[in-house]
Amino acid sequence: MQFSESWLRSLCNPPITTEALCHLLTMAGLEVEEISHPAPPFSDVVVAQVLSTEKHPDADKLKLCRVDIGQAESLQIVCGAPNVVAGMKVPCARVGAKLPGMEIKQAKVRGIDSFGMLCSARELGLNDDHGGLLELADDAIVGTNIRQQLDLDDTLITLKLTPNRADCLSLLGIAREVSALTGAPLISPDISAVPATHDKRRAIVLDAPEVCPRYCGRMVTGVNSQAPTPEWMKQRIERSGVRSISALVDITNYVMLELGQPLHAFDNTQLAGTIHVRYPAINETLVLLNGQTITPTADTALIADDEKPLAIAGVMGGEYSGISATTTDLFLECAFFAADAIVGKARALGFSTDASHRYERGVDFELQVAATERAAALILQICGGQAGPIVEALSAENLPKRPAVGLHTARAEKVLGISLGADRIEKILRGLGLVVQRNADSFLVTPPSFRFDMSIEEDLIEELARIYGYENIPTVPPVARAAMMPSTESRRTAMQLRHIVAERDYHEVVTYSFVDTEWEKDFADSIARSAPIALANPIAAQMSTMRSTLIGGLVGALTNNRKRQIERVRVFEIGRCFLRTTEPNDVAGFTQPLRIALLAWGPNADEQWGQPKRAVDFFDLKADVEAIFGQYAPRFEKATHPALHPGRCANVIIDKKVVGIIGELHPRWVQKYELASAPMIFEAELDALLGSNLPAYRELSRQPAVTRDLALVVPQTQEVQPILDAMKAAAAEIVCDINLFDLYQGKGLSLGQKSLAFRIVMQDTQRTLEDAEVEAAVANLLAIATRDFNASLRA
Amino acid sequence: MSNQEQLATLVDAAVADFTAATEPAKLEDAKARYLGKDGSLTALLKGLGKLPPEERKTVGAEINRAKESIELALTTRRDALRNAQLETQLAAEALDVTLPGRGRMRGSLHPVTMSLERIEALFRSIGFAIADGPEIETDWHNFTALNTPDNHPARSMHDTFYVTGVDGKVQPDVLLRTHTSPVQIRAMLAHTERYKHLDTLPELRILCPGRVYRVDSDATHSPMFHQAEGLWVGENVSFADLKGVVTDFLRNFFESDDLKVRFRPSFFPFTEPSAEIDVAFMSGALEGRWLEIAGCGMVHPNVLRCGGFDPQKYTGFAFGMGPDRLTMLRYGVNDLRLFFESDLRFLKQFQ
Repeated sequence: MQFSESWLRSLCNPPITTEALCHLLTMAGLEVEEISHPAPPFSDVVVAQVLSTEKHPDADKLKLCRVDIGQAESLQIVCGAPNVVAGMKVPCARVGAKLPGMEIKQAKVRGIDSFGMLCSARELGLNDDHGGLLELADDAIVGTNIRQQLDLDDTLITLKLTPNRADCLSLLGIAREVSALTGAPLISPDISAVPATHDKRRAIVLDAPEVCPRYCGRMVTGVNSQAPTPEWMKQRIERSGVRSISALVDITNYVMLELGQPLHAFDNTQLAGTIHVRYPAINETLVLLNGQTITPTADTALIADDEKPLAIAGVMGGEYSGISATTTDLFLECAFFAADAIVGKARALGFSTDASHRYERGVDFELQVAATERAAALILQICGGQAGPIVEALSAENLPKRPAVGLHTARAEKVLGISLGADRIEKILRGLGLVVQRNADSFLVTPPSFRFDMSIEEDLIEELARIYGYENIPTVPPVARAAMMPSTESRRTAMQLRHIVAERDYHEVVTYSFVDTEWEKDFADSIARSAPIALANPIAAQMSTMRSTLIGGLVGALTNNRKRQIERVRVFEIGRCFLRTTEPNDVAGFTQPLRIALLAWGPNADEQWGQPKRAVDFFDLKADVEAIFGQYAPRFEKATHPALHPGRCANVIIDKKVVGIIGELHPRWVQKYELASAPMIFEAELDALLGSNLPAYRELSRQPAVTRDLALVVPQTQEVQPILDAMKAAAAEIVCDINLFDLYQGKGLSLGQKSLAFRIVMQDTQRTLEDAEVEAAVANLLAIATRDFNASLRA
Repeated sequence: MSNQEQLATLVDAAVADFTAATEPAKLEDAKARYLGKDGSLTALLKGLGKLPPEERKTVGAEINRAKESIELALTTRRDALRNAQLETQLAAEALDVTLPGRGRMRGSLHPVTMSLERIEALFRSIGFAIADGPEIETDWHNFTALNTPDNHPARSMHDTFYVTGVDGKVQPDVLLRTHTSPVQIRAMLAHTERYKHLDTLPELRILCPGRVYRVDSDATHSPMFHQAEGLWVGENVSFADLKGVVTDFLRNFFESDDLKVRFRPSFFPFTEPSAEIDVAFMSGALEGRWLEIAGCGMVHPNVLRCGGFDPQKYTGFAFGMGPDRLTMLRYGVNDLRLFFESDLRFLKQFQ
């Protein structure tokens, strides 16, 4: 809502500066979003009258003017404007005047002295009009400072209103608020009844009274629709951001800006019979004022006559029945439409109008008769004509209700945390123009018809806080019981895990939860792929499906970085994935697990002097994964996954449950996404990584440890894990550790064989081990390996 | 030449020999010439027995003194040679300590995570627990329970992402949450259920950080962004408390005691009274400008009721802020989209 400060001050004029006024409005919840001025700064420009003009002796296009600027002697000014004629009043910049971008000096123009400059609108910075001199009204007083004459020191204020404050979509509403805030009196616009001078009227039928409980219609005949809009009106509406079109249109807009009541003027000769407010017939169409042809939806109310639809109720008039330059008889509509019936209608058509903007938020439902009188008075004053009687169709039971709301001093003080006192509360409520019934410390408050946001006690408490001033409410940390927050050592937080992963040289990314459908096809597991979760209204195709895996986002992060010539990418993300489920859940039909995923691509380490460059591989990532799992050591079992290389992929298992997957991206996707080499990828349920054991101390041995190495030759396809498992299961008590420390294949071994070297550590807590028992323990492990895995001792 | 002079000459000769030895092996050769089995001093000792008994003691003592002198010279020379050798070794082993360290560096947390960690820590310090909730939400939790009218524009497909069912049709009751406020509802319901056996419910203090979604995308809006919502419900929670907590938080978050914070009336369906929170920095590029940073208010009675609280007995405040915006202000990031582009050149600035 944009308005002119001087218009506002004509309705309520508190003795405060513009700056203070803006602060007051902002802090009362009417946020001042922007302040501007109708003209840039300039000085020494006054109203002048051109007394005479004659042709410049040496220039065809210049004229010598005698100009009266209210001084004893007239001035001689050379002027090139095409529209300069004797008698007109124009702005004159005197010698010494500072205009935007220039200073006026006494000068010779083609040999003739010129003592000032007659100005166009553009030269004063008012607008871009440079077609000629700015012509001033005939009643302008010669010698008056032009800034005063045109009210150029006015301020244009733009409010960013919240949807509950539709009452401030008018000057009257803002003035009412300023009056309540400052105590300055409200000077209501002069609204007096315009008596009917003929009896022409149209009947009005409210076929849909729930949409339109009140409709006022009035015919005005014999108007001059060519009459010019008076300067004062033009200035006020233009400074409110509304373009001046014609006097009749300007008047309806003026009343809307002044009172907040939208009006519509129909050309009466285009109407037939009775006015109806009704729902559309099937396939009924209407051409709107903006040229758009629409087929209104069944719940869109129309204004119609006996033959045809005329307008969308509360949104926009039709082209056919609109007023034109030749209109002489008009039918003025001034209605109250219910917000619920109008909301969303304009938006569905792809636009918004000043009328729909107001109706959607709530128009004063007692205002229609007054606004009709106001508009009629202005029409008669400006365009002439004869007004008929006001016809009011009313469905009182469909008007909004304003039941009284209870307010208790103690409650208000508790909610706000301040002591107000009943007297002060009463004063604030009355200042807002509310009807108040007081009973000791309690009140019954009847909200006015222009407020749509006062239905419960808290609404009134907000009004108290607003007028008392949010700024005046103390800012003090609250007092509360100092109970400690629980802190567990058996679980890590996701935040702690993020730090651990970052320490392993991964950068955290945040990628979109909605992804390219293609990513889901390529990277999701078969269950998710069979039932993707598509968005009904995605903003782009590559953001249309909810992710069931974090892999796509990380591959996307990789490709983004590759485009920027980054040669090594290590990223991770923690976030939700989305899958369908039939099991009961927070939101039926969906499971939304938090997951973590890591991706490593490119060299294992940044290229450096001290170590050879080599690409990251499966076991590099595996080491990272083992490290971030911490004490909860997972197991890895060969697996397959659509996203991953079938020979380089494993399930990650905790407590016999698959909690994640690790592997190398499938070569197919490496090629499709042009990755040059395969990234290593890990993804797991976040929860699996948050478990942690409380450390438990075991006694340290003072006895010497004995180590023996055992090199076993096994078939190349033999996995290590089962051998380790079997040896550990069968190991004597003195064996405290078995580790694989070397893997060899090649020279010295037959094709298809490999050598696994295990280091066996043995120790007793109480005594030194005997050679014999050490040898026996090792022999036992060898025997197990030989028996169960066809292993032989390496020669 | 007297015996004494003879010994002195011998000692001088040994010292000279030792000094001449520039390597340990040569020094040991020299040592053998004097103190070895066939060494000249050893020979003198051996010759003692041939002396008359009355001279033996004095001569023996003189020889021993000479021997001690030679041994001292030997030890000194040995040490000197060892030190020289060590010096050589150390010189040879010297490193260019300015070469870069080897191995991997560390990664980084996302800048918004860094903010969230601070936000969580500050609120935990005054007893707020961290709460979480689903991102695909029901219309009831996201709108209805938060007192949003049925025809509110936020519910339209212009503003809110809706999800399709298995049949591909729009599920009008399932959407991507547009704010973290539905977590409030879930937390209140869980809290009031858990303590329903008590006459008076304990206070509920939670912070709900997370991702939220709106149909909006331009330089200053992302269709996915972060929010952190706070809620405090109890028997005596007031608007003054809200001002106290939020102001305290903002000054601590920005580590600026002179940060200006103002609350101005606003409107949200789920709070009444409602306020918009602006901050102004007293230094830096944004000095003196009011910046909108969060929305807040006293929880609307209808919302408390949906959460299982009796609004006559309990009051509460809630606030919602944008961690993305807080992060931008904190670190001077000027483009929201950088947070979601995974650009390592950007992320590495937050190591």
